[in-house]
Amino acid sequence: MNPPHSPPTTVLLPETRANWSRRDFIKGVIASGATVSGLSYFGAGCAQSLPAQAGGVERLLSLTVNGQTRRVDVLPNETLATTLRYKLGLTGTKLGCDRAECGACTVLIDDVTHYACSTLTHRVRDREITTVEGVAAADGTLHPVQQAFIDELAPQCGFCTPGQVMSAVALLRANPSPTREEARQALAGNLCRCGAYDHYLNGVMRAARGA
Amino acid sequence: MLKDAMTGFELYRPTDLDTAIDILTRHRGNAWVLAGGYDSLDWFKERVRTPGVVVDLEGIEELRGIREIDGGGLEIGATTTLTDLERHPQVRGRFGLLADAARRVASPQIRNAGTLGGNVCQDTRCWYYRYGVSCYRAGGNTCYAAAPEAMNREHAIYGASRCVAVSPSDTAPALVALDAEMVVRSARGERVIEAGDFFMEPSVDIRRMTVLEPGDVLVSIRLPGRWAGADFRFEKVADRATWDFALVSVASAFRMDGATIADARIVCGAVQCVPRRLRSVERRVAGQTRTEEVALAAGALAVADAEPLAFNGYKVPLVQNLVKRAVLGA
Repeated sequence: MNPPHSPPTTVLLPETRANWSRRDFIKGVIASGATVSGLSYFGAGCAQSLPAQAGGVERLLSLTVNGQTRRVDVLPNETLATTLRYKLGLTGTKLGCDRAECGACTVLIDDVTHYACSTLTHRVRDREITTVEGVAAADGTLHPVQQAFIDELAPQCGFCTPGQVMSAVALLRANPSPTREEARQALAGNLCRCGAYDHYLNGVMRAARGA
Repeated sequence: MLKDAMTGFELYRPTDLDTAIDILTRHRGNAWVLAGGYDSLDWFKERVRTPGVVVDLEGIEELRGIREIDGGGLEIGATTTLTDLERHPQVRGRFGLLADAARRVASPQIRNAGTLGGNVCQDTRCWYYRYGVSCYRAGGNTCYAAAPEAMNREHAIYGASRCVAVSPSDTAPALVALDAEMVVRSARGERVIEAGDFFMEPSVDIRRMTVLEPGDVLVSIRLPGRWAGADFRFEKVADRATWDFALVSVASAFRMDGATIADARIVCGAVQCVPRRLRSVERRVAGQTRTEEVALAAGALAVADAEPLAFNGYKVPLVQNLVKRAVLGA
């Protein structure tokens, strides 16, 4: 369900679409608003650092996200979760604790799970990033893990679900037929405050059987 | 206080070690070494650490990877991730103690980014200190964690000297038990430090957890061959199996001569500011067999000089029983 636009800037609104859906519009407004407020949020911190950039990293960079190359202006102290959510409009990646302690922001970097809240975006400039928006097929068919989570009623409130999906997808890419214990270990870095762990594990095992 | 938003810094991503050391030397006192980044970014978000320059070591190839060294040992690059470490066949096969310790660190995602060097160099978890109060360790003149009403369930039961924080690393006790050597480089050159001397007692310098000074980079960790294939045991007790730091951990290595213990290393984590090597216990069990009686004596000796605080008395029987189990091997 990746929006088929690849803007060269951080502006999020799809440029070449004739028929705007209500969902696209709302997503655009939310994302652009967040970009503006986000800038003021970081303003106090980044203002003094900008002139002293000589020698440090180049702020303009290309990120490969869900198979698309996205040009984006990234602060040195910016986390991948911030870039994905507030600059690329990929709000499927959730921010829970923002301290690498909950797993809601889990994304894949070269097929390996990482917490996007605690990864500097500049570190992933040459890597393949996969977010929850990138796991379904191009025609919208859900990934077996997503479908299995629905079938097993895994999400309750759903906030941790994108992270759980990413951990499960990474596991099944590396190990298509895990034991339940292996699945438990693989999902151990994702908190679920609803306590639906067994449902998520049922989902992983169902997806593994179907895969 | 504004939290979550890191203050600005210059970010450097050098691709060779000399450049990294050059940047760190030029910005000495204002530069931060970034390895995995998970602990560093917490410090920055809490705005307790606000370095002007951050040097990310991730792109330096020579700091990564595991290679054979003479004498049947291994040299592990400091930015080798904990996941790579725990899965490495030679580490698992010959130095399973370190693989087991690495596997118990934090969560899968953290191990995927977290490095061996970062794990041993991380700062203490004492939350008074982490909160940014002006305690001894932060340059102030009191210890909030040792006050009579303080919450010190996770703090030290040995060797407190003004500061009662503990060494949080899971891999550090394993490295001390394996007689590891830490290779450190700076603008002045390279030096090699025994793991047992790498961690800093608060009585020597209360502001640092390791001997590293500004401008130093931990380059690699050497595991000498002498403990390869020994009888290892790593146990970590924590509130949860994932994420949590150890309440007590015990890393042990035994070299057997038939049924007799020829040589032993027993090292405790999370009980003192440094990994605590139990030398008296090691001497006590050398030449003995691994019987209930010897194990009981070892456990009692391990806690003979324990000095618990108001809320961490439970660590005393914990250490006692973990040491007993290590000696028994069951």
